[in-house]
Amino acid sequence: MVVGKMKLTFQKRVKLAQGLWLLSWVATLCGAITFTLGCFLKTELRRRTEVMDNTDIHCVPNTLLIVGLASMGSNYFAGRICQDALDAGRFPRWKNFLKPFYGGSIFFTTLMLIAVILSYVMKGSLESSLKIGLKNGIRFYKDTDTPGRCFQKQTIDRLQMEFQCCGNNDYKDWFEVQWISNRYLDFSSKEVKDRIKSNVDGRYLVDGVPFSCCNPRSPRPCIQYKITNNTAHYNYEHQTEELNIFIGGCREALVNYYMGLMNTIGGVVMSVFLIQSSVLATLRLLQTSMEAVAGQENVEMDAEGYLLEKGVKETVMEYLDPVLKLMWLNQVTSSEDTGTKDGNS
Amino acid sequence: MSKEIDSVPNMLISVGLTACTINFLGGKICYDCLDTTKFLRWKLLMLPYIICTFFFTFCILVGALMCYSMRNELEESLFQGLCDAMRYYKDTDMPGRCYIKRTMDMLQMQFQCCGNGGYRDWFHIQWISNRYLDMTNSEVVDRLQSNVEGKYLIDGVPFSCCNIQSPRPCIQHLITNNSAHYNYDYQTEELNLNRKGCRHALLDHYTDIMQSIGLIVLTIWLFEVSVLTGVRYLQTAMENVLRLGDPDSESDGWILENSLADTARYNFKIIKNLGKCYQVDDDPNIDVPSTSQRPHENVLAS
Repeated sequence: MVVGKMKLTFQKRVKLAQGLWLLSWVATLCGAITFTLGCFLKTELRRRTEVMDNTDIHCVPNTLLIVGLASMGSNYFAGRICQDALDAGRFPRWKNFLKPFYGGSIFFTTLMLIAVILSYVMKGSLESSLKIGLKNGIRFYKDTDTPGRCFQKQTIDRLQMEFQCCGNNDYKDWFEVQWISNRYLDFSSKEVKDRIKSNVDGRYLVDGVPFSCCNPRSPRPCIQYKITNNTAHYNYEHQTEELNIFIGGCREALVNYYMGLMNTIGGVVMSVFLIQSSVLATLRLLQTSMEAVAGQENVEMDAEGYLLEKGVKETVMEYLDPVLKLMWLNQVTSSEDTGTKDGNS
Repeated sequence: MSKEIDSVPNMLISVGLTACTINFLGGKICYDCLDTTKFLRWKLLMLPYIICTFFFTFCILVGALMCYSMRNELEESLFQGLCDAMRYYKDTDMPGRCYIKRTMDMLQMQFQCCGNGGYRDWFHIQWISNRYLDMTNSEVVDRLQSNVEGKYLIDGVPFSCCNIQSPRPCIQHLITNNSAHYNYDYQTEELNLNRKGCRHALLDHYTDIMQSIGLIVLTIWLFEVSVLTGVRYLQTAMENVLRLGDPDSESDGWILENSLADTARYNFKIIKNLGKCYQVDDDPNIDVPSTSQRPHENVLAS
């Protein structure tokens, strides 16, 4: 049962080869674009690596990098093959190269699809990684004198200002953490002592947020201390005040940012995937039709091209057989060895 | 910022666009120069073209030099603009000024600067609007009364002046009062607020950009001068070839046929005599070519 059979005249073959040559160069460019997008995404993720707990999400840009390079290579060869396709003398030298070429190309093309799926699937992992990372960032905000943590304050401040967010889930996260270091607290003051005593863990908690939570769009000067105390500020009600500080949490802001980025990249990679698949399918058609005319005197005759000689299942088995045989062979050899060893001992 | 400083980018944009057209035309002319018959089309146009290109090359040079010379205007413009912005910082309820607070805050955060020349500029203006001042509070009333103009001045700055690199949470109110904060000495504290004035920060930023652009435009100017010289040589050489009659022979090319003074004198004479073209010599026996005919000949030949 042949899949995708098509009758091709000589003129059609010529046109197919020319079109394919052009398409393969376009596809090479698309492979380069994929590689660039992978680099860009990796750079963006690395910029915020301090607020991420793990680097699991990096599998998406890494896959894109690999796929981009492989795509450039395979499309370059596709172009060379179709250049030689119309010349019956030069075409046979590609014969042995074609089977592994198709195998590799199809593998990397499916990897492209997997990368797009991964970018949606990894959302949960990204979110949990950010949750832990931001929690630590907020906890170590005050430790500007501890080596290894001294830049947390700067990182969190920059993040909050750039993404216009405050805290992990929202601004109230700052109320639960001591973000003012003990170095700057006057322990002889009654107010400080009261506050520390009223807290179980002996922490100095305030209903205030750092200055980086302040919203520049607010019409009034920023109120960052005694936020929940309406009487401390004139004409102020914290339940209705929306513009004073950033309401949204940084986790959501970052997740939205990265998801937006990955959606755009996913769209582009999907179109590259379609272009790549069409290159492979067209090349296969051209190759099979050239093989039909090989050895004939009249190279300009009509020939049939097809995508798969046998059905899909049989072709897959044909490809996997050598791989499986290699695996079974190793197993058989090792069991023979152990058998002889047991026999000898 | 005022509109005077806009003259630099406007000049560069207009000169750039015109240079595009001129160079494209020049390319077309040179391409046609290889064929003597096609050159005849362009013959009349070439000298005006060269003069135009010369003037535009001069404009490019002016544009490049303007990039380096406008620093003082820029500084003045920034000084005035920032003064006004700080004064209208609190007027977030007035139409036309309601975005100044946001602009000023974003500017101070982005360029890591504070105030006009430094953070003390904020001490001299009222940046907290009266809408948010409790006029029944005695402290507020005292402050207003102690000031001649009835302004509420404090030794505090907006939150956007806070320095990100400070190890301690930002102190933006009661800055000059050491006892108001624990372990704080405002004379030695350097990292709390942004120390640079926004005028200097912006001036440095724009001067850097303009210097890089100026350098690039000077390089382009040198390129244009070489193109102009080449076209002039080509034009004079082609004319001499036409005069000799043999398209394959060698011919001389030059930039100016006579010295600079002579050429200037000659062209000045032409311009003077253009007015006399309608004077006719009455005596038919004198076979002297009248001065009115010669300028016409030369204009046609060149």
